[in-house]
Amino acid sequence: MNVSVSAPNSATIAASAVQLARGRKPHRLTAGRIGLYAFLITAAIFFLLPAYVMLMTSLKPMDEIRDGAIFAFPRTLTFEAWWAAWSSACTGLNCNGISVGFWNSIKILVPSVFFSIAAGALNGYAMSFWRVKGANLLFAALLFGAFIPYQVFMYPLVIMSATLGVYNSIAGIVIVHTIFGMPLMTLLFRNYYAGLPIELFKAARIDGAGFWRIFFWVMLPTSTPIIIVAVILQVTGIWNDFMLGLIFAGRENQPMTVQLNNIVNSVTGERVYNLNMAATILTAAVPLLCYFLSGRWFVRGIAAGAIKG
Amino acid sequence: MQTSVAIKDLAIEFGAVKVIEKLDLDVGRGEFVVLLGPSGCGKSTLLNAIAGLIDIVDGEVWISDKNVTWSEPKDRGIGMVFQSYALYPQMSVRQNLSFGLKVAGLPRDETEKRVGKAAAMLQLEALLDRKPSELSGGQRQRVAIGRALVRNVDVFLFDEPLSNLDAKLRNELRVEIKRLHQELGNTMIYVTHDQIEALTLADRIAVMRKGIIEQFSTPHEIYHRPANTFIAGFIGSPTMNFIDGKLTEAGSSMTFSGTEGVSFDVSRHPELAGSGGRDVILGIRPEHMVLGESTDPEAYKAKGKVSVVEPMGADTVIWVDFAGGMRAIRMSGDPTVSAGDSVDFHFPPERVGFFDQQSGVRIRITAYLRHLY
Repeated sequence: MNVSVSAPNSATIAASAVQLARGRKPHRLTAGRIGLYAFLITAAIFFLLPAYVMLMTSLKPMDEIRDGAIFAFPRTLTFEAWWAAWSSACTGLNCNGISVGFWNSIKILVPSVFFSIAAGALNGYAMSFWRVKGANLLFAALLFGAFIPYQVFMYPLVIMSATLGVYNSIAGIVIVHTIFGMPLMTLLFRNYYAGLPIELFKAARIDGAGFWRIFFWVMLPTSTPIIIVAVILQVTGIWNDFMLGLIFAGRENQPMTVQLNNIVNSVTGERVYNLNMAATILTAAVPLLCYFLSGRWFVRGIAAGAIKG
Repeated sequence: MQTSVAIKDLAIEFGAVKVIEKLDLDVGRGEFVVLLGPSGCGKSTLLNAIAGLIDIVDGEVWISDKNVTWSEPKDRGIGMVFQSYALYPQMSVRQNLSFGLKVAGLPRDETEKRVGKAAAMLQLEALLDRKPSELSGGQRQRVAIGRALVRNVDVFLFDEPLSNLDAKLRNELRVEIKRLHQELGNTMIYVTHDQIEALTLADRIAVMRKGIIEQFSTPHEIYHRPANTFIAGFIGSPTMNFIDGKLTEAGSSMTFSGTEGVSFDVSRHPELAGSGGRDVILGIRPEHMVLGESTDPEAYKAKGKVSVVEPMGADTVIWVDFAGGMRAIRMSGDPTVSAGDSVDFHFPPERVGFFDQQSGVRIRITAYLRHLY
């Protein structure tokens, strides 16, 4: 075979190089490397460009925007659009800015994140340690539910929440978010707890701790890493939600995403691009901040979320 | 001896797998019992059943004269130490030690007294405010022992507590556990697959295989009079030499003949009486084989070629090709022979044990013969 013929040849070349080798292996900048970096930088610019245009546009007055130079720096820097977007932009007849939506979103976000994580942690704990009868079946059903498209559930869920009297309320949307968060949160915590030594649980039982005490005193305190991952996933997920908020929260409690859509898509009069851009950036600020602050935890979150597919 | 822990007709199943079918075990008060066996033999399962951490299918568990078969682990009067330490990672050493007492609602001063006493016993006082992650493996395991200690229980259960430690720490902590047992006098049940731990710690060893206790006896008995070839081979390092052969009876004399013309006159073994024609295994431990020629007319004398020499510092193991296999000879001190040498060696009849080739069971003196001799 070819390989066996050329083998002695390449071996002698390798041997001579090996004889010279000493100390730290040198870093060599090859053409392949340069090409790789060039590609990465181009890709980064490509994806950053829209963000740059948004930021620039939001800082310009309208007459400057009409010139059409979207990549240019603003000649007169103004934060007026930001202020207007926050406090006086109009959705329909209300002109209180997107701040209304911001506070609505916070009101939805905090309890939804709390309850969905609490439910997931408790489910995961019970399934990993207590060998509940039918736990695997329940878990399979839960995961199966996660793969069914959202939209299929909408009509039955609307009827159910209306029957329960929580339709069009903060409580309603929180319950819906908690339910939809449950599969992923349960999976996350179940996998995490499966990685803890079972002896920890056994030791606590011998020490006389029961279901709740083991959960609160032993398991939860060791769960910090996975809780952070869960918070990142849920905060970004729930904040970015549009459809559930639109359907279940009611007119009074519309989240920021829904309100942003109403502002940007209002068709009367001139399109105020700077205000729209500012409102969009404001809406995106929370998940963006979440990504930036969480750093390495975010990567773990993606990895954990990848299990879901 | 008063009984401390009694297991009666125990059966445990994991799904369709019967791990333990019908097991009885009696442990005396203050006794140190080691459950020894290869992995998967059911020893840890048995310990977990005593602790009440797994469901059993049948049988009873008695601890301190109380039937605890259906009791919660905390109500059984046991403390347990695990291989993985299982310390609560977010709690300090002090909190780890006092957690169980806190759960039990013990008054604070009593808790502190007990934690202080346990810490003093295990030299943990300087470490009380540290987190488990700041401790070495040996320190962690001492905390785990302390956690069992503060509970003032009758019975201590150890589940391979030293397996995660390096050799030096393992020796230190082994001595410490032995000292603790002497000081406290509690019943201790200790699971391990390490024969040295078993031999050094135990008052009695229960050797287990496939969910069955094969022999339950003192370390001395287990080592010198193993009940079958499994136990004989499992305990001792290097393992006991097994030489296959056949017995032939001629009048009052009995001859053991193996491969390569190996032949010993084994007439003086009373247990072999009436066993003519039987296929047997001759077992002899490496340390009972002696290099050199013997003047003792009764000694079994043999010759072989040295194939490997293993110096181990204090002693040397010499592997000799003999009777169709490699046989180990343990001699003290430095080697006096080298590979390739032909050597004479011999071993005394009283150190030899015979096992049935088919069942592997030790051939013992029958009741009738015992009466005669």
